[in-house]
Amino acid sequence: MPVPRYWRYQDQRYNLAGSRCTVCGTVYFPQRPLCPKCHRKSLGKMERVTLSGEGRIISYTVVHDPLSDYEHLSPYIMALIETPEGATLLGQIVDAEPDEVEIGKEVEMVFRKLREEGKSGTIQYGYKFRLKG
Amino acid sequence: MRDVAIIGVGMTKFGEHWDRSFRELGIEAGFKAIVDAGIESRDVDALYVGNMSGGLFLEQEHVASMISEAVGFTERNLPAVRVEAADASGGVAFQQAVLSVASGIHDTVVVGGAEKMSDLTSIEVTDAIASVADRSWEALFGATLPSLYALMARRHMVEFGTTREQMAQVAVKNHYNGARNPYAQFQREIKLSTVLNATPVAEPLGMFDCAPISDGAAAVVITTMDKAKEMGKDILVRVAGIGLATDTLALARRKTFTSFPATRAAAERAYKMAGVGPKDVDVAEVHDSYTIGEILAIEDLGFFKKGEGGIATEEGRTSLEGEIPVNTSGGLKARGHPLGATGVAQIVELVWQLRGEAEGRQVKDARIGLAHNVGGAGGTVAVTILEVI
Repeated sequence: MPVPRYWRYQDQRYNLAGSRCTVCGTVYFPQRPLCPKCHRKSLGKMERVTLSGEGRIISYTVVHDPLSDYEHLSPYIMALIETPEGATLLGQIVDAEPDEVEIGKEVEMVFRKLREEGKSGTIQYGYKFRLKG
Repeated sequence: MRDVAIIGVGMTKFGEHWDRSFRELGIEAGFKAIVDAGIESRDVDALYVGNMSGGLFLEQEHVASMISEAVGFTERNLPAVRVEAADASGGVAFQQAVLSVASGIHDTVVVGGAEKMSDLTSIEVTDAIASVADRSWEALFGATLPSLYALMARRHMVEFGTTREQMAQVAVKNHYNGARNPYAQFQREIKLSTVLNATPVAEPLGMFDCAPISDGAAAVVITTMDKAKEMGKDILVRVAGIGLATDTLALARRKTFTSFPATRAAAERAYKMAGVGPKDVDVAEVHDSYTIGEILAIEDLGFFKKGEGGIATEEGRTSLEGEIPVNTSGGLKARGHPLGATGVAQIVELVWQLRGEAEGRQVKDARIGLAHNVGGAGGTVAVTILEVI
């Protein structure tokens, strides 16, 4: 897979860069060029916003039947994370055993390797989450 | 708009057809539907094909031309359209074909749905199916399709007290029905404990909460109601309502994780067009690719209140003898789930039910049937309502 496909989203995947519509105030992740609520009124009025990386688990699952990219990590934990900014993210929970994970627990973003493009290809990085405290 | 009737149906047995190709499966289903309709190939004006991913499963795109040739339609250079909407491809293809007849563009159309999945290994299939989720924001981060349903299942358990046993009962019921369907991939009953003790896939969902990897094809023939009447059919099955809806590709970008808003929107459109409501439906085929999917469906379609789908299933209200029999065919769980074929196979089952031909699993006096076909984790939903006139 050509590098640009991953490179173009680096700011979002490395820094949790989202978009805020300055017309209605809604925060989106990933970024959007237009607000789906405000339509053309939001043209040129979407500003870059960096999510804090803080959040709360609203649901989780332990994946035993993985994608080929993640076979070496199986079983791994995926969770829906509600952020204080208002956007919901999907990501892996790392550095925790499944029985430590609960709905309502607070998490913070960590920067980790996601996958690699074969043995000699690029390595893709991005956000995962770990339990706070 | 012209009234549209279904005059012929047919399908292959669903399962692992190691010895048969995508082409051969398509030919069998199409041939059966045309013979069932009592027409000749020359009476057909166009072909619609629901196929999710010839590209990923067979490294073969352009399957409309491929199937048109296989069934002999290229002799007359007929129009053929391949429709893709993840595992709602079949349901959406059917609706597009209905629009083409209703509009007056075509009179008689064959709609096929087909998928050949068993030519890939199990993990390759998991990767291919994950392409119906958001590749850039879900699959890249490790999400499989069952993991997204698992996230919804756990939310449903927390918000409404739905139990693991209630979800498992969906699989038990659908295997019971599948054991009465000669076209089903799994024609045997299972116990609740089998579902509960199965290998985990994405907790809380296990192997028996998930539809299998399947090969298969299904086809129907539709025409104008006037033509159907001229043919002197004993029982006329009318397409009473169609509704299609979309939602965000990624689950995380939704406001709710215990409902498919697209099911609600598609159902509302289909009910309105048909002039009926959920209480009028006698038999339903819903999208149980994962057991939680059937619970979401029977709530979002209005058969039961939100949060009561699990208990309704446990109480047998959706069984063959229940007030609203759901997935009499065995559903995706037991009939099998060759992705692009499923939406068309749902229509085939409803037609058999409405004509009184569903031997061994017939719902008494079924007059109105509803099909509910979901793409991915709810990004597309097609709801179709059929009635006997």
